[in-house]
Amino acid sequence: MNPFVIFFAAIFTNNIALTYFLGMCPFIAVSRDIKTAYGMGVAVIFVMTLTAAITWPIYHYLLVPYNVAYLEYVAFIIVIAALVQIVEMVIERFSPTLYINMGVFLPLITVNCAILGLALFMILRDYNFIQSIMYAIGSGIGWLIVIVAMAGIRTKLIFANVPKPLQGPGITMIIAGIMALGFMGFAGIVNLQ
Amino acid sequence: MLSLNAIFILSAIAGGLGAALAILDRYLASYGICHVDINNGAEESFDIEGGVTILQAINANNIFIPAACGGRATCGLCKLQVLEGGGLVLPTETPFFNKQEMKQGYRLACQVKIKNDIKILIPEEYLKVQRFRTEVVAIEDMTHDTKLIRMKLIEPDTIEFKPGQFIQFEIPGTNEFRAYSIASKPSMKHFVEIIVRLVPGGLCTTYIFEELTVGQEIYITGPFGEFYWHEESDREMVCVAGGSGVAPIRSILDTMFEKNITDRKVTYFYGARAVKDLYYYHECLEYEKKFPNFKYVPALSAMDPGDKWDGETGFIHLVIDKYYDDCSDKEAYLCGPPVMIDAVIEVLRKKGMPEEYIYFDKF
Repeated sequence: MNPFVIFFAAIFTNNIALTYFLGMCPFIAVSRDIKTAYGMGVAVIFVMTLTAAITWPIYHYLLVPYNVAYLEYVAFIIVIAALVQIVEMVIERFSPTLYINMGVFLPLITVNCAILGLALFMILRDYNFIQSIMYAIGSGIGWLIVIVAMAGIRTKLIFANVPKPLQGPGITMIIAGIMALGFMGFAGIVNLQ
Repeated sequence: MLSLNAIFILSAIAGGLGAALAILDRYLASYGICHVDINNGAEESFDIEGGVTILQAINANNIFIPAACGGRATCGLCKLQVLEGGGLVLPTETPFFNKQEMKQGYRLACQVKIKNDIKILIPEEYLKVQRFRTEVVAIEDMTHDTKLIRMKLIEPDTIEFKPGQFIQFEIPGTNEFRAYSIASKPSMKHFVEIIVRLVPGGLCTTYIFEELTVGQEIYITGPFGEFYWHEESDREMVCVAGGSGVAPIRSILDTMFEKNITDRKVTYFYGARAVKDLYYYHECLEYEKKFPNFKYVPALSAMDPGDKWDGETGFIHLVIDKYYDDCSDKEAYLCGPPVMIDAVIEVLRKKGMPEEYIYFDKF
């Protein structure tokens, strides 16, 4: 499976937010304005790539050889949590600008199911290291595109006549559903087993 | 058989990550010794291990500035000018400053982390602020939900302040503090009295009502505040207090009459709900008898059935509205809940009082 096919699929046909509906919490909460949505999306790409890069070796060189592959859930969560802490410390020290722009989102991402989902999918689909990295970057970019699009739509929605019970999360979920239908149009472009 | 491997591997992963975090924290989060220059080389300047906020650093060196919310970036009181070394302005600070203040380098001391040498400006009056070790000598009930706390100053043993200013009360066993107006007069320089009203669920007031005992050691910091009595002025005074806002007014009136300043006309409007909420009441009636230029106007807005009252009723700002036609030659001292203050300011503005003579302290 060509890594670029995986990359492309992760953005369009198998979008982690719209096809698998993972990462919904920040997707609904942070999509209010484009600037914050963008910051959150960049943070997600960052964390996803780093997660794939670290959890892949841990699974294949630590868990599998010692017959404890079933520990993947626990091990991945611990690694993701610690990783995000480390990344936040590094960014705060070395790039205050980056920290101001996206550092605040990092703790929010720790429990994002999309990150764990990514790690588990890469094991499930038996990707090699390069494929995993491309998958991670692709998923992150796919998530970014979708949350920024959602933020754009919600900015325009301020002037629309949304019924009171649906305002906020309600209408956002409906729109997410419609966007997912839209993305279904990409189906068939690539074939991922 | 339970796989021992699982336990080892998991511990190894967790342990390895823990170690990595500890090492990184040691190296990344430590910034070395930084020099904090105050007021261009004043003697209060000091060196400190980096990584703490400016507020923490100056508090550790016995310099105290108002910071009511304790570092949460919600009160905006800890504004300081940072001339150099402050780094980029954080999003938590921007709501508190306008463009001009940003250009002058104003920052929130509780948000700026000291990562390198830094130069700050601290207003002179804050440098006069001290931290007092005190002993509680009296806890008196003023009403069913209000108490007066009298604290004897031990170290330092005297305090100098202007009536109307406040102190910060440190809640023992926590890192939290709350601001309370000084209810006593400056001539009682070895004591500080505060008036505390029980706020359901409030951290400090619950502590004071349930745990504080006579003889206990309490730390307070002060005096702070831009709200104080203008002694030199000879304008007629309009004092308005609501709820526990009585404290600074009590300080002002007690000081004024102790000094026998009787040529200024003073009217004290006090807004309470029912008869059981009245306090500092008989003292004011006494003042009315002794000083012809003083008028006391208490008003009740929500009397209990069975209350005997023939004074004013209704909300205090409506009472003030009735009393005055023209306020352009008077000055006002207001303290109490923000809603009351806003309403009273509206009324005073309508009656022509100039903005710069309306002094207030919103609780």
